[in-house]
Amino acid sequence: MSKLVLERLVAKFGSDVLETHSDFGDDTARVSPEIWRAVGEFLRKDPALDFDLFVDLCGVDYPERADTGERVEVVLHLYSIGRRHRVRIKTRVGDQDMERAELESLTSIWSGANWFEREVYDMSGVTFRGHPDLRRILMYPEFVGHPLLKDYPANKTQPLVPYRSEAEAGVPLEKLAPFREDEGMSFPRRGPGHAVTPVADRERD
Amino acid sequence: MEAMDLLLEEGELELPSEPMHLNMGPSHPAMHGTVRIVLELSGETILKADVQIGYLHRGFEKMCERGTWAQVFPYADRLNYASPMLNNVGYALAVEKLCQICVPDRCQYYRMILGEFARIADHLTCTGAMAMELGAFTPFLWFLKAREIIYDLLEEETGARLTHSFGRIGGVANPPSPSFKEMCRGALPRVVALVEEGEKLLLKNRIFLDRVQGVGAISQADAIALSWTGPCLRATGVAYDVRKAHPYLKYDEVDFSVPVGKNGDAADRFFVRLEEIRQSRRIIEQACDKMPDEGPVNADDPRVMLPAKDAVYTTIEATIQHFKLIMEGAKVPKGETYSYTEGGNGELGFYLVSDGSGTPYRVRIRPPCFPITGGLAKLITGGMLSDVVPAFGSLNMIGGECDH
Repeated sequence: MSKLVLERLVAKFGSDVLETHSDFGDDTARVSPEIWRAVGEFLRKDPALDFDLFVDLCGVDYPERADTGERVEVVLHLYSIGRRHRVRIKTRVGDQDMERAELESLTSIWSGANWFEREVYDMSGVTFRGHPDLRRILMYPEFVGHPLLKDYPANKTQPLVPYRSEAEAGVPLEKLAPFREDEGMSFPRRGPGHAVTPVADRERD
Repeated sequence: MEAMDLLLEEGELELPSEPMHLNMGPSHPAMHGTVRIVLELSGETILKADVQIGYLHRGFEKMCERGTWAQVFPYADRLNYASPMLNNVGYALAVEKLCQICVPDRCQYYRMILGEFARIADHLTCTGAMAMELGAFTPFLWFLKAREIIYDLLEEETGARLTHSFGRIGGVANPPSPSFKEMCRGALPRVVALVEEGEKLLLKNRIFLDRVQGVGAISQADAIALSWTGPCLRATGVAYDVRKAHPYLKYDEVDFSVPVGKNGDAADRFFVRLEEIRQSRRIIEQACDKMPDEGPVNADDPRVMLPAKDAVYTTIEATIQHFKLIMEGAKVPKGETYSYTEGGNGELGFYLVSDGSGTPYRVRIRPPCFPITGGLAKLITGGMLSDVVPAFGSLNMIGGECDH
């Protein structure tokens, strides 16, 4: 396997590429979290690299590295359909309480990153700045914690989410909307000038 | 006679102009897979869609961190339950990459044949269910009849119809049965004949074609940006197939072509899957010709393979080895790897991290239908409500895989 990708990456970012290896033929580079987005942009835009397929994103928890703020390793896999090469980019974020576990979102570079970043947020507790819609994806909104962190007990159960009573909902139960406002997508309040406001409404206002 | 509505003021004649919110699923009779789609509708046009998954989440990745490497196989079966054998093979190849084991040729062909049968079963399920959801029930029955033939064959080989758990690190659970090739050669024409019969009911069926042509279309650039792979990506014209681009097992030694579509709509995805069934047939036939009848099946590697049963009962070394492999698990060398195969829906990847012990430190699956389902909202926004069903059906979302 060619080392072209790693060489170009090191030439561009220098000491911000913290380590590289090609174990088992998988070219891997670990970069500092500050250049996460810049690396993504470079890999996508550089014509010799042309990584157009966002393959995978996941988080791996290493609690013993929490002291240095490198608790969760976020692992990104990319592939170039035209050039048929792959690369794995890693970075480490977060301390014991998952403070500062933040990265810049890659959704503006690959739109497919949207769900993967939501999944990493849901499962490993890494927040992505600039993500258009960062909410849980596999677990439900009331779920507490991030299951794929090593300190989340595998046999832990969480209480069922109770139904709302009429007093809590404020309306008779049969009149309840099928989903709440904070659940699912956020439906914007409609008003004049909104894209889906019918013409008649705008004139009335 | 006086018109009734003359008494009304003009404003009252208007239909409600506020967009309507509609909740589709999670258990909807016209959708396969447990998924919930929240729609904002203006009339019948979809203004906005939100696809919510996770109803089948079972914590696959967390469960894998509790057992041994070999105990992942039954879980892997239950990811894409339409083609469990492909997951088995994919996971086995990933662990073998970490252990740097190469299984004998006979096993490689064997895995390939079983995997391709699973792929046919997967495509039959998807295309059949898609037709059924559009009201064409008969082809579904024909396709399932063909799937039964495949299930019978897999049952004969593995002992189970659906969740085979047949893969092993360094091989498979049992060697091929003596009549294996004969069964394969006998089953293929019967499967294809049923597929052709079912196809005839659809390919010239105006009602069916009108429902799928031009529906849920996506451009090449968008499909790539959304991380689509597999038949859904190939339907847009991108000939990316892991079996061709990065051959694993013995795919470089058989001759087959990668069917691609043009428009990237539901019809193309349907046709691509049907054509792939024929290509899988070609692969199986060639693999049957090339597969050696004699020779070892499993890798001869005591690190991962259980010793022979008679040795376990007669020698202390084999007893200890057996005990350690079962109780502690095979020790996989420290390291990380990403291994990818062509699953039923696209690139099925396993990212494994080992700390050198008998238990996986992290098993990450890259389910092909996760990003594909992620693109569903884009696919249906702006379309009609009734187009949700064919668009969704053509993606072949498998809940177990998508929701981990």
